[in-house]
Amino acid sequence: MISNSQDLTINKKKYKADVSPDMPLLWFLRDIVGLTGTKFGCGMAQCGACTIHLDGEAVRSCVTPVSRAIGKKIVTIEGLSENGDHPLQQAWAEVNVPQCGYCQSGQIMSAAVLLQEKPNPTDSDIDDALSGNICRCGTYLRVRQAIHTAANIQKSSVSNAS
Amino acid sequence: MHHKRILQTNFYYPKKGVSVILSIAALLSMVVVFSFRSESSSIIGKKPPFTQKDSIASKKAFLKVYAVLMSPRCMNCHPAGDIPLQGENSHLHLQGVKRGPDGKGIYALKCANCHQSHNLPGLHMPPGNPKWSLPPANMPMVFQGRSAHQLAGQLLDKKRNGRKSIKALIDHITKDTLVLAGWYPAQGLAKPPLSHREFVRAFNEWISKGAVSP
Ligand code: FES
Ligand code: FES
Repeated sequence: MISNSQDLTINKKKYKADVSPDMPLLWFLRDIVGLTGTKFGCGMAQCGACTIHLDGEAVRSCVTPVSRAIGKKIVTIEGLSENGDHPLQQAWAEVNVPQCGYCQSGQIMSAAVLLQEKPNPTDSDIDDALSGNICRCGTYLRVRQAIHTAANIQKSSVSNAS
Repeated sequence: MHHKRILQTNFYYPKKGVSVILSIAALLSMVVVFSFRSESSSIIGKKPPFTQKDSIASKKAFLKVYAVLMSPRCMNCHPAGDIPLQGENSHLHLQGVKRGPDGKGIYALKCANCHQSHNLPGLHMPPGNPKWSLPPANMPMVFQGRSAHQLAGQLLDKKRNGRKSIKALIDHITKDTLVLAGWYPAQGLAKPPLSHREFVRAFNEWISKGAVSP
């Protein structure tokens, strides 16, 4: 068991991680903290539905043990922005990307890392970043379109701020 | 008769002389050819710690090393392209994973996003190691598709082996935890064809007997 002195920081809030150190982080997020925006798809790092940010990287929480997250910054879809207005969230609404929605939080969390590292991604950058996020509804083209839209929103909000 | 024998003898000796000269010339040319071959196959400029040169034993030892390096546990992370390989049939890594400049993947598909510091239990679960990665893009150290001769040459060439001296190369194959990870495969995956101890022994033998490439 992880001692009570070990805290996890999730979406800027501290939580006591009084669980087995090898518990998948996804279990902790969904079943203990109640953050159910992150989904369980395969449980073996193959689909991307469980993608969250761990110190800014798009980690698959179904295979990440809780012990790896101690002392690091965890961000889930619920914490991506204060008011659901991250450029990607705005673009997702504008393009109306989701079908059933199950894969979408994973898609957005992966796309957020892409935009962080490549603010103006090409189609092939998008494919390189998101080809591991599987969508059984086949929303890939809208995902791609929304990422370009988000890149433009991000660009204009940066230029407005400066 | 005597005259005839003299004639015969005179006729015989020059012929023997020619064949002796020819044999010496042939031998010399073979020596030259083989010395060039072993020169070009060993580390130019730096003498490896040879104990006793033996090109046949050296080549034989390398063929054992080669069998290990070309096994999926080693070759899968030394692909010919920028996509890592997976499984016993060395298929392209699913999820469209790519090498990236530092060998650790790109954007949302970095190796450590799925590969932990250890193997996860269960079939088809990601294997792990704290250093899980491919060689970097500027030093890809490709194994896939290399012949034994090509791979031996590559391992000995600092410009293509990660700038490693012979000592560093031996240290790497003996102690590097990412190399050792090949002998602790995830569930359902085979180990390389030799034990790690046999592999290290064969590698050392290859070097000490002359670092000759097959
Ligand atoms: S649920 Fe984690 S990758 Fe599928
Ligand atoms: S929207 Fe249904 S799985 Fe992607």
